[in-house]
Amino acid sequence: MWAFVLFIAVTIVTYVIFYAIPANPARLACGQRATAECIKRAAHYLGTDRPLYVQYGKFFGRLMPVAGLGPNNFSPHFKTPNLGRSFTNRLTVNSVVLNAAPVTASLVFGGAVFWMLIALPVGILSALRPRSLLDRIAMVFVLVGISAHPVWIGLLLAYFLGFKAGVFPITGYCDFINPSGNCGGPVQWAYHLVLPWATFAFLFAALYVRMIRANVMEALGEDYVRTARAKGAPEWLVMRSHVLRNALLPVVTMLGMDIGIALGGAIFTESVFGLPGLGKTAIQAIENFDLPTTQGVVVFATLCIILLTLVVDLLYAWIDPRIRLT
Amino acid sequence: MALLEVTDLKTYFRTDDGVVRAVDGVSFSVDKGQTLGIVGESGSGKSVTCLTIMGLNPKRTAMSSGTAMWKGEDLLTATPKRLREIRGSEIAMIFQDPMTSLNPVHKIGAQLAEAMRLHEDVSKKTARARALELLKAVGIPRAERRLDDYPHQFSGGMRQRVMIAMSLINNPDLLIADEPTTALDVTTQAQILTLIEKLQEEFGSAVIMITHDLGVVAEIADDVVVMYAAEVAEKGGVEQIFKKPHHPYTWGLMGSLPRLDADVERLVQIQGQPPSMLRPPTGCRFHPRCPYVMPICKEVDPALAPVSDDPGHLQSCHLDEETKNREAAKLLAGMMAEAS
Ligand SMILES: Nc1ncnc2c1ncn2[C@@H]1O[C@H](COP(=O)(O)OP(=O)(O)OP(=O)(O)O)[C@@H](O)[C@H]1O
Ligand SMILES: [Mg+2]
Repeated sequence: MWAFVLFIAVTIVTYVIFYAIPANPARLACGQRATAECIKRAAHYLGTDRPLYVQYGKFFGRLMPVAGLGPNNFSPHFKTPNLGRSFTNRLTVNSVVLNAAPVTASLVFGGAVFWMLIALPVGILSALRPRSLLDRIAMVFVLVGISAHPVWIGLLLAYFLGFKAGVFPITGYCDFINPSGNCGGPVQWAYHLVLPWATFAFLFAALYVRMIRANVMEALGEDYVRTARAKGAPEWLVMRSHVLRNALLPVVTMLGMDIGIALGGAIFTESVFGLPGLGKTAIQAIENFDLPTTQGVVVFATLCIILLTLVVDLLYAWIDPRIRLT
Repeated sequence: MALLEVTDLKTYFRTDDGVVRAVDGVSFSVDKGQTLGIVGESGSGKSVTCLTIMGLNPKRTAMSSGTAMWKGEDLLTATPKRLREIRGSEIAMIFQDPMTSLNPVHKIGAQLAEAMRLHEDVSKKTARARALELLKAVGIPRAERRLDDYPHQFSGGMRQRVMIAMSLINNPDLLIADEPTTALDVTTQAQILTLIEKLQEEFGSAVIMITHDLGVVAEIADDVVVMYAAEVAEKGGVEQIFKKPHHPYTWGLMGSLPRLDADVERLVQIQGQPPSMLRPPTGCRFHPRCPYVMPICKEVDPALAPVSDDPGHLQSCHLDEETKNREAAKLLAGMMAEAS
């Protein structure tokens, strides 16, 4: 229910913002030498001559998976939700979003795996050996990671590893499955994404190192860990079954939320590395006052976050018996 | 030979503020099947004493010396592997706070079974059956169904019963109970104490009962160690300690035993706070709070010496024996009057 309300609120806000911007997409559509006639026709064609609430109502109607609910024509049936057509190139927004989504998904989920691969071992080890050399190095890394902007890190990585050393490609994206054009397949896919992943993961890796370290340290001091040792459990079992099991519970929730936040962060990384993902699509659409495309990305991102939250809630209830749904 | 013989045990912790002397030369012994009560105010080093015996202090900051002979083998110099074998199978321990001592993410049946399977090569099924047997023995109603419950589904008293069941699952020779009833309400306290006594008889384990409540000690202990500021103030048989207490600190503890008629003026009350173990007082550590303090108390640390007519009763106080006997008699007479 809250998800539905949130969804409505987000889409309305986008509409209102676009309405408030003093730019006319119809004029843009007519090009340099726009006649009044052309603008009027274009405005009608795009639907921007209607009042705001009609535009929103139409948008909403297209989006609903059920159609035929009108008062004088009641014949409910299912249909594919439709996001409308782009103002600028008349492509269906559905196809624009569906083309861009895998790119962003690759970036975000790959990045999440990347940062967890760094944060888990570093966080755990530095918690086990506080004030050790590793711990100190990790703390410096955390400090840099938290204070540096992803664009800066991205450019730095692109310059040194991509441009100077030439180890990794600086731009471009390759499909994971079917080769489109000159490259494709999992290896090329991963190869092209290494730098974006690293950029993207840097901040979160830093945050997670800090969080995991703190959680593990806290769990190590828990009474039930002492109980486990008092039972005669060997140290690896104490770690695995008692410390980590509890310390990583909150990390699961955080991970879900942060992947949502990371969707926003993807915008920077995508523009630095020229990845044709949702972030780049949204920026382009906003620059062209392309309301349907912007709205499409917003709708899609909101849905993703809502879905993600749901999955995390279920997952959490599954691994933490204290909040098990009965 | 005593089951456990602790001699001159010391444990110091390195902290940012300096060295904390948590245990500073403690000796006692526990015989097979006997119950030793360790009493003292908060911070007197009772828990650390027992954690040192179990080898459960944080390795990074704790330094220990002395010996703790367990069946002729020194636990302080035992290898970690040997200690793990002993922990949970020969010596088991239960803790003060049952709410936090069980792992919240594992079923209690699994936690009990783990305790058994760590020491015996038995099937999961056997361990589960044994877990059930123990849960019944500690009086958990509908035990079969509760095996698959999680700790948060139990009340505090029930969790402490689960902890007791878990500690006894391998038939230990010694059970260390660190204030097992402090976190519980009064009725549950009594039930848990009775339960420990009953099980002790059944299983034949020796028990070290840590508490700050002399009433608990009077009820279940055979021998008593009174600890003050990381040292032993007085120790002896329970009869001796209660009939002829020889240390002003023990008098204080007895004087502050909870009574129903709280209006009656206390005979002896311990004034002030326990000292910081970063910089313990010179001389007798109790002297800043002692109503009987003499000049010598500030200079010379009294040795733990036997009472003249009873070599099993040791105390560390400079007062002459005549005064002690007189004061103790006065205190006891007062308590009798108060009780009747
Ligand atoms: N890991 C540790 N690091 C530093 N100091 C410690 C540590 N554990 C205990 N201490 C200190 O050692 C002293 C004795 O603590 P201990 O827990 O043995 O007291 P206690 O007699 O069990 O008290 P309580 O009745 O409150 O349980 C205290 O001053 C405590 O602050
Ligand atoms: Mg304690």
